[in-house]
Formats: sequence, C-alpha cells, structure tokens
Amino acid sequence: MSIKKNQVKQLGVVAALTAIAVSCTPVKEYQKNRLNDGEMTLGARKAEKTENSFQTYREGASGANGGKTGGGCGCN
Amino acid sequence: MKKICLSIIGLYIGFFAGFAQEKTDSSKYKNHQLTFDEANIVSSYYHQNGDHSAVTGGIGTEKLTDISNSFDVKFYRYDQLFRKHTWNFEVGIDHYTSASSDLIDLKANSSASHADTRIYPSVNWTRENEKKGTTIGAGVSYSHEFDYQSYSANINFAAKTKNRNGEFSARFQSFFDQVKLVLPTELIPVVAGTTSASSTSGGHHVNYPSSSRNTFDLALSYSQEVNKRLQVMFLSDLVLQNGYLSLPFHRVYFTDGSVHQENLPSTRFKLPLGLRANYFLGDKIILRAYYRFYTDNWGLTAHTASLEMPVKITPFVSVSPFYRYYIQTAIKYFAPYQEHTAADGYYTSNYDLSAFNSNFFGAGIRLTPPKGVFGIEHLNMLELRYGHYTKNINMQSNIITLNLKFK
Repeated sequence: MSIKKNQVKQLGVVAALTAIAVSCTPVKEYQKNRLNDGEMTLGARKAEKTENSFQTYREGASGANGGKTGGGCGCN
Repeated sequence: MKKICLSIIGLYIGFFAGFAQEKTDSSKYKNHQLTFDEANIVSSYYHQNGDHSAVTGGIGTEKLTDISNSFDVKFYRYDQLFRKHTWNFEVGIDHYTSASSDLIDLKANSSASHADTRIYPSVNWTRENEKKGTTIGAGVSYSHEFDYQSYSANINFAAKTKNRNGEFSARFQSFFDQVKLVLPTELIPVVAGTTSASSTSGGHHVNYPSSSRNTFDLALSYSQEVNKRLQVMFLSDLVLQNGYLSLPFHRVYFTDGSVHQENLPSTRFKLPLGLRANYFLGDKIILRAYYRFYTDNWGLTAHTASLEMPVKITPFVSVSPFYRYYIQTAIKYFAPYQEHTAADGYYTSNYDLSAFNSNFFGAGIRLTPPKGVFGIEHLNMLELRYGHYTKNINMQSNIITLNLKFK
C-alpha cells in the first residue's frame, strides 16, 4: 500500500516537472516587466531574514531556502 | 542594551548624513569607479513563550525576547573587461534575554546566562560576466556570542542558460564553530577548595573548555522563467555536520530521576529539497508559493508549505498577507521529561526536535514611492512585517520586522 502511495507521489512530481518543462516559452528581455517586479524576486525577502533565523532555532528542519542550514549559531 | 540602542540611532543618523554628499553621476556607463549600489537596515523584535524548555529537561518556561539589527551595504564597479564586481558588507547585532538560559543555574534569580549579545559581520564578493552570463564569488563571515564562536567561508558559481531564461547556481559553504561547554551548575564537578559547583559559574571570567562543530553545505539551485508571468526555482542543500552537536546546558531527566547532559550523535546528514514558484496574477496580485521536503539521518522528516499574496494597492504600495504550515516527526533520540532510561545511548528532551506542527501567519506592507519614502529621496523602500507563530505543543511567538532600503 505504502509503495503504491510512494509511486503516486513520484508520478505527481514527475508530472509537475514535465508540465513546467513543456510549458516553458522563451521570454525576451522587454517582456520581463512583470518578472522583474520587486515582489517577484525568487529569494526570501530581507525582512524575512529574522523569521527564517528563529524558525531554524525552533524547528528541526532547515535549508533549501537560501538561508541557514545549521552552522554559525547555537541552533540545531 | 542602552549602548546597542544608541549605536543603532547613531547608525541611522550617520546614514542619512552620508546622503547629504554630492550625487553620483548616473550617466556614466560601465562605471570603473567603486559605486554605491544600495544599503539595507533590518530591525526586528521577537518574543516567544512556551513550557517545554530544553534547559530544564523539557519542562519549564521558554520565555525569550530577541532584538535583532543588521546593516548591509553593497558597492560595485566594472573592470577593464567590463565584468561587474560587487562587494557586500554586512554586520548584525542580536541581543536576547532568555528565562530558560537563566536556569543553567537553577538557584540563580538572574544569572550571567540570562542575556547575551551576538555580533556577526560578513563580506561577500561576486564577479559577473554579463556577456557570458556567468558569476563567480566568495565570502567570509564571523559570529560571536558568549558561548559560541563561528568562522565561515563560501565560494559560489552561477551560469545563465543561452536564452537567459534559466540560471544554475552552486555554493559551497563551511562553518568552523566552537561551542563553550557551559554545563548545568549541578553537573559541574566540584573543584577542591570551592564550596559548591555554582560558585565557579555564572561569571564570564570562568575559562570554560570548548568543543568544535563543523558544518559543510553544498547548495544547488536552478531557476527558470516559465513564461511572462511565472518563474520557478528548485533548491537543494546537502549538509554534513560533525563534532559536538548537542548543547551542553540542555538537561535530560531519566526515569530514575537522575539528571544528565543532552547527548546526541557526533554526525548529522541533512537533505532539504525546495521549490519556489512566483506567479503574477492579473495586474495587481502576485502569488509566492514555497514547498520544502526535509529529511536527515537522525530520523527527522519535515514538510513546509507557504503562500504569500502581495496585492498592489497602487504601483508603489503593496500589502502581503502570508501563511506557512510546518510539520515534523521526532528524531530517534527524543523523549519527554523523565522518559529516557540509562539504556539509551543518545538522549534529548529538546522539544524543537520532537514531533509537532506549526502555523505562522501575518502580513507585510511595502512602500516604494518613486520620490522616496516620506519624501526622503534616497529612502527607496520601506517594508514592515508582522507574524504570529504557534506550535501545537503549547509554544507561541510574535515577530515584527522593519526593513529600510537606501539607494
């Protein structure tokens, strides 16, 4: 049963990635006015820095967000 | 504390005064002179409360207040080959008071450990070849607080795809940390000639032994502009930690009532995988979505999902409500107060490593008027954010952050 569940999950991830890859259309520089908007930045905001920091201390998971992954402070 | 507040006020005033200087000539194309790009001041106030402190073995107050301030400034210049060199200098100061740290000495009313200040400067450099679409960089940082010191270095590389719609980046970072072995006072061996263990603690003059902790992180990411409205980013970190990974002042009470120091394995391998997707819906709404899967060899698995929805009230004012959900399983070595036994090789009662879920929600407001915030020409952006965080294990916190950007 759990194998089936895992297979469904993997299939979902592959399907999502394929959908993204297939729907990619080249975007010219002059068409990037929306993508270049300050709110569209793909990284975390500067103002989220302290939020990410306290979450690193208060939660067991960290990383994959451009921020801290465990070193440099007395956190786990 | 007073000194820190005065330094911050001084920093603000000094910064405004700095802009009274002559304007830089923006008409210079590919400036070979070192040019100011932007500066940021980020200040935040954080307060938490709960009743599962690891210092007192998984019971007791978790009350903590943290005031954090960081200042960064970015400069750039073009070299003879028209490559852009960017330097980012940053310094941060955190000051916290913690009721549970105060209980490293159970008899103390207000011991030296009830408060501490952390200072963390860093310098980062990148060189971007705009023609080729490649960037290389390196950086160093340092962090100091009473019981923890860290030296860090990183190198990074990024390359854009041929059509400039995608970018791959890699960063390798290592931390070399030293943890001072500040023990719970009742566990300090009594030295001949002193009356009790606590008489040797509580003062910063004591020479504590220390242990090392190393962290190595390889971060890989790939971002892709899918179309004119959607961009996505895949992120991963491969993290290896070794050395002293416990915290020396965390108590663990066994079933027989005896008290011990937290004891965790000396290696930990972490694998977080993340996906970000930002979508511009119509002309006024942006959807910022994030998902992360995390697993490590201590048995902790976690899922994080968040959604933020900036709404542009005007082209220069946006309001951003956000919500984040987080869930994790416990590590193999966790048990609550008085549930570990002498048969356990590793043990902790730190509830941050227990099974729980959390909710974090709030909102931010961002002002970017073309003539400067409050008419101050160089104050390019002001952002204010508030968030409320709750865990289902009776812990809650509030955080408010202000970000000022100068250009």
